[in-house]
Amino acid sequence: MARTLDRRPPPTSPSPKGFRKALLLVERQTKEAVYDCRMCGQCILHSTGMSCPMRCPKNLRNGPCGGTFQDGSCEVVPSMKCVWVQAWEGSRKLPLWRDHMEHVERPVDWRLQETSSWENLVTRRDRYVPDGWDERGHG
Amino acid sequence: VTEGPDGSSAVAADPEPLSGLHRLLLRGEFVVTAELETTDSADPASIERAAQGLRGTVDAVNCTDNSAAHPHVAPMAASHLLLDAGIEAITQFACRDRNRLGLQADLLGAAALGVRNVVCMTGDDVGAGDHPEAKPLYDIDAIHLLRIARTMRDDGRYLSGRQLTDPPRFLIGAVENPFAPPIDFRPMRLGKKIEAGAEFIQTQICFNVEKLRIFMARAADLGLLEHVWVLAGVFVPRSARGAWYLRDMVPGIDVPDAVVRRLDGTLPDAQRAEGIELALEIVEEVRSIPGIAGIHLMTIRNEGAIAEVVERAGLLPRPATVAHPVA
Repeated sequence: MARTLDRRPPPTSPSPKGFRKALLLVERQTKEAVYDCRMCGQCILHSTGMSCPMRCPKNLRNGPCGGTFQDGSCEVVPSMKCVWVQAWEGSRKLPLWRDHMEHVERPVDWRLQETSSWENLVTRRDRYVPDGWDERGHG
Repeated sequence: VTEGPDGSSAVAADPEPLSGLHRLLLRGEFVVTAELETTDSADPASIERAAQGLRGTVDAVNCTDNSAAHPHVAPMAASHLLLDAGIEAITQFACRDRNRLGLQADLLGAAALGVRNVVCMTGDDVGAGDHPEAKPLYDIDAIHLLRIARTMRDDGRYLSGRQLTDPPRFLIGAVENPFAPPIDFRPMRLGKKIEAGAEFIQTQICFNVEKLRIFMARAADLGLLEHVWVLAGVFVPRSARGAWYLRDMVPGIDVPDAVVRRLDGTLPDAQRAEGIELALEIVEEVRSIPGIAGIHLMTIRNEGAIAEVVERAGLLPRPATVAHPVA
């Protein structure tokens, strides 16, 4: 693989102002209210049955841990239903993207925390993948 | 699950085995592994002592990574000490206590110390342990770690893309829990783990054999079993209290009422023997499930019982696993 190493951070401008700030506010207000969104800035809600994976106390992006209780509640916060039980049930009800539950999601880019995923989608900043992340898979 | 473009699969891996365990799996032996909670001692002999009862009884010993979120001797160090003592080790890597830098450094370091089998997992919550106030990391999840380990081994690169001078050589394993919700998703999650790089799986403790049967049938339907060796987790309870503990205190374990009732209905003096009987019955049942390549034995302060189960299941003598000499 002859790719050179890109050490630059993904393109962005610092503190959002004007339209970008408004966009961030709108996204935060609506998604926090509807999905209990944690503003990771790299939204995959549609791939996880509209259940925000960042609510999982272990921040799992690829499915449940092994600790889900038999009644489907979370091992860390037993008063909460497992985010991934919700994701599985939610994904079965979606008209599209059901197969996304089988996709391997890439590691979180923690620099995007508290930024707008809508903006990052447009600027493609959320497409950043480390050079050594192999998207094609094995097995 | 997508096929790798190179058409590689775990079973048709390169003919040179990566580890002693790998050699047995390639040969089609029914393998036996066991879990060793590493000690709380700075005395190197403590590790060998703890594993003494497993020598010659099992093919490889898992060195747990701060199991139940309690710190113990680092699994990499424990594995190294086991290898020195001639016991094949499987080193666990949990994502709770290290970020992606620490995990990659330790994968490489473990390989340099002679580790030839690794198992990647998410890790229990810190709330389950004796430092509930700690900051859990979970920078990456188990599936990310599997792919990173596989990329380090096969492509000789870190996640960043930076080249390794000498890539590690180890067999890569994962865990799966066929017994916890969402049950229907679990086989797909197995598929994701294989796609990410897992070559063998150790399952969570199986008391409910029917659930494991369904899980394996579904995995077979998805075409996963040609790509992975599945070792069924079997627990050897020492007493009825042990079964209660698993049912009430350990999340994610399905302990049917019949199991608890059976041990409860046994006189205290006979409970240890009844626990062994129970484990033997489960071993017998899981052996008949197509695709199960071995068993992974677990217990709590009852290590002697593991040898008894292996012997009475007719799984002795174990074929020689020559632990790898440390380079």
